[in-house]
Order: sequence, then structure tokens, then C-alpha cells
Amino acid sequence: MREFTLPSLGADMDSGKLIEWLVKPGDVVHKGQVVAVVDTSKAAIDVEIWFDGIVGALLTEPGERIDVGTVMATILAPGEEMPAGPEEPVEEPVGEPVGEPTGEPSGAGGVRLRVSPAARRRAAELGLDLTGVLGTGPGGAITLADVDAAGAARAAPEPGTAAPTASEVERLEAASPAERPALMRQAIAAAMSRSKREIPHYYLAETIPLARAVAWLTERNAARPITERVLMAVVQLKAVARALAEVPGLNGFFLDGTFRPAPVAHVGVAIALKQAGLVAPALHDVAAKDLDTLMRELTDLVARARSWTLRSSELSDATITVTNLGEEGVETVFGIITPPQVAVVGFGRLAVRPFVVDGAVAAVPTVTASLAADHRVTDGHTGALFLAALHDWLQRPDEL
Amino acid sequence: MDDTELRDAVVAELRRIAPEVDADDLDDRRPLRRQVDLDSLDWLRFLLGLHDRLGVEIPEADYPQLSTLGEVVGYLRARL
Repeated sequence: MREFTLPSLGADMDSGKLIEWLVKPGDVVHKGQVVAVVDTSKAAIDVEIWFDGIVGALLTEPGERIDVGTVMATILAPGEEMPAGPEEPVEEPVGEPVGEPTGEPSGAGGVRLRVSPAARRRAAELGLDLTGVLGTGPGGAITLADVDAAGAARAAPEPGTAAPTASEVERLEAASPAERPALMRQAIAAAMSRSKREIPHYYLAETIPLARAVAWLTERNAARPITERVLMAVVQLKAVARALAEVPGLNGFFLDGTFRPAPVAHVGVAIALKQAGLVAPALHDVAAKDLDTLMRELTDLVARARSWTLRSSELSDATITVTNLGEEGVETVFGIITPPQVAVVGFGRLAVRPFVVDGAVAAVPTVTASLAADHRVTDGHTGALFLAALHDWLQRPDEL
Repeated sequence: MDDTELRDAVVAELRRIAPEVDADDLDDRRPLRRQVDLDSLDWLRFLLGLHDRLGVEIPEADYPQLSTLGEVVGYLRARL
């Protein structure tokens, strides 16, 4: 049995009030699932659980105010029986900071880690997640030496650590708006430099006619109220996920020298943050969701990205990225892969262009879709199959 | 609601989507999406905000009539 404790949801948070449970005893929960809503001094925050299991007992009542670190629920391993008596506290990390801006990482049981300022700075430089670092200082505090040791132990660059990771984004969220642009550039510089250093990219592009998709979407939107309107960008995202299901070699991570395909496509959506760089949080399992759901989730994701309230998991589990620079008017995007992903799909501007249809030139709405992919994992042949599949899906928008 | 109040309401919705916008810098006669850097999702969120606030439904087919801030205000004026 493990204990789920109230994590620190911000540097200045030492307690919170449970608004509601989103699970009940007996529910199966998965890492990253939102299990409770907690009111902090700033906002109502979705609290995610950080391990899999089955909800045992809920120990906190809605309306109750509790301190950070308080055991809120017991979580059983699959097959485990509810224990009869009280359990010994389990000293495992069970909470991580989520959602709200947080000044410092919190660690085991939601209790804040003790870290020296110099150590925190060094960890930030190294892109090191402090929750995994063993502290040898007074009271278990993490010192500069501990961080250096952990950095050295990470001999080969760890997958994902050079990309703007969840912990880096938390650092960004904690920063003042004036500091963010510089920090954001550092994070992007680290991820993109690593990508260009390590990943042998190949690039393909295809101009895809969208006459059918435009007509279909225009008609669909005209028949619905503004609140149910869907954008072409959402149709494109769904088509990418569908095509990936047919050509799975582009969806997953390159880790420890091997490609690990992902079972479903969590599509990272590049979102420009106006004067402060970009983030690419994930829309989860895109192929399984209808367009209305995806539109709602995309709208929510963009709003939260711009207000710096993304969830940590959204920033770490994208299996591929889609970037849409057509809005800015460019024809074609030549993407750079975000490690440890192995591909990025780009869409240029949707515009009416001369295009040959049935042997004659016609004015047709088209878009140039591009693919940048990791040549260690796939060859151009696979990339071409993907773009062909994408092309086909975009001719059948009603089946998406 | 007079034209000034209506313009203020439109600018308030715009600032909800793009907080960096300085209302004094907006030119009512220049294309809005170019001045404010709105992508198509921003634009839709802006129209949704106007819909919630003013109850005006703006079909996609009318987008070409809504290029400038002045045109947006005029369009809404005619439908309030």
C-alpha cells in the first residue's frame, strides 16, 4: 500500500482545502491522472497522482483544510487487499509539483526538498530533476556537490533532459514574466542544440489538396453555433494521428540507442507564447478522440499554455510534435525534432494555389505538409508512406 | 450601449486573448489580426468572447467583413 499525500503546489503553499475527490475507493488510477481538486490561496488546482494503483480509502473530506504532506488517500497495488490495521508510513516519493507555478521542486510525500540555492542553480543549468538527487547536507539537504555528482553520474545525456522538460517548465512558471523570455530561450537552445547535434534529420514535403476538407469543414461549421466551430488545424492534427497509426515508426522515443514505439499518439502541439518563445504540450491519444473533443482540448491547452498553468505531464509525454506556421503565412516548415521524439510534422499556409486536377490547372486550396524525421530510426521510404497516408486522410475528412 | 462603450467591450475581449495589447495603439482602420498577431484559434476565442458578452453569433462566412477593429464594432452595432 502507498500513501497519496498533498503535494506542494507552489513555493508559498503550506496547506490547501480539498474541494472534491474525482475518484472513489476501488477505482483504478494511473500515473498522471487527476484525482482531486484542491483550493490553494491562488486557484483551484487539479492534483495528479504519480503512480498506478487502486484507490483504497479516502482520508480527507471535501471542505477539509490540510497541510502539505498530509496523507489524503491510501492506494493499493493491483490485487492487494485493504489492510485491517493502520499501516506504517511508506517513505517513497508519492507527490510531485503540478499545475501551479512553483518556486522549488517538492519531493517525497509532497514535502519540499531542501536544496541550497547554488545547488538549485546548478541543477537548472544541467537540466537535472532534483527529485531524484540524494542529499548529503544537513538534514538531507541537497548540496552543490550532490548535484555535480548526480550530473556526472548521468554520463550519457539522459533522454529528454535537454528538451524543455517538465521541471524546466516549472522553473519557467515560477519565474517572473520579465525573466521568462531569457529562461525560455535557454531551454529552447538546449533542446534544439542537442537535436541538431545528435539527430540526423531527413526532410520530406508534399503539397496536399484540401478542397474536400475545406468544403466539408465549412459546411459543418455553418450548421453549428460558434461554440461548436472546429478549426482546420484540428482536422490536420487528427489526420496526423490517423496516419501515424498506419505508419507507427515515426511515433515514439529514441532512448538508449533504440527506438521505442509508442502505443498511441500523444501529439505535441507547438504553441507560440507571443514574446516568450514556445511550448509544445501534448494532446493525449488524438486518434481516439472526435474533432469536437480535440477542438475543446486544444482551446484549453492554448489558453493554459499562455497563462502558464500547464500540467507537468503534458510537457513530457508528447510522442511526436506538430507545428503549424501557416498562420504566419509561410509556405513550408522545415522542423527540428524535439528529443527524444523521432519526428516533427509541419503545416504551412492554407491557400488557394494553381493545382492540376484531372489534367487541367485549377484553383485549389492546398497546404504543404512537411516531415522531419530521425534517420537513425526510419528512412525516407517510411516518411514518404506517412505523408501519403496523411494525404489520403485529408481527402476523407468525414472519416476522421 | 454607444459606440465608445461597444468599442471598449471589443477591446476588453481582445485583451483577454492578447493581454499584451495596448488599447491606445490600436488603429481602427488597419487589419486587426495583423496588428495584434492573432492566429485562427485566438481569433475564434475572441469571437467566442464577443458571443458570450454580447450574444452576437458571427458565422465564418462573415469573417471577411471583420478585418479592422472599426468593422468589428460596426458589425456588432448592426446586430445588437
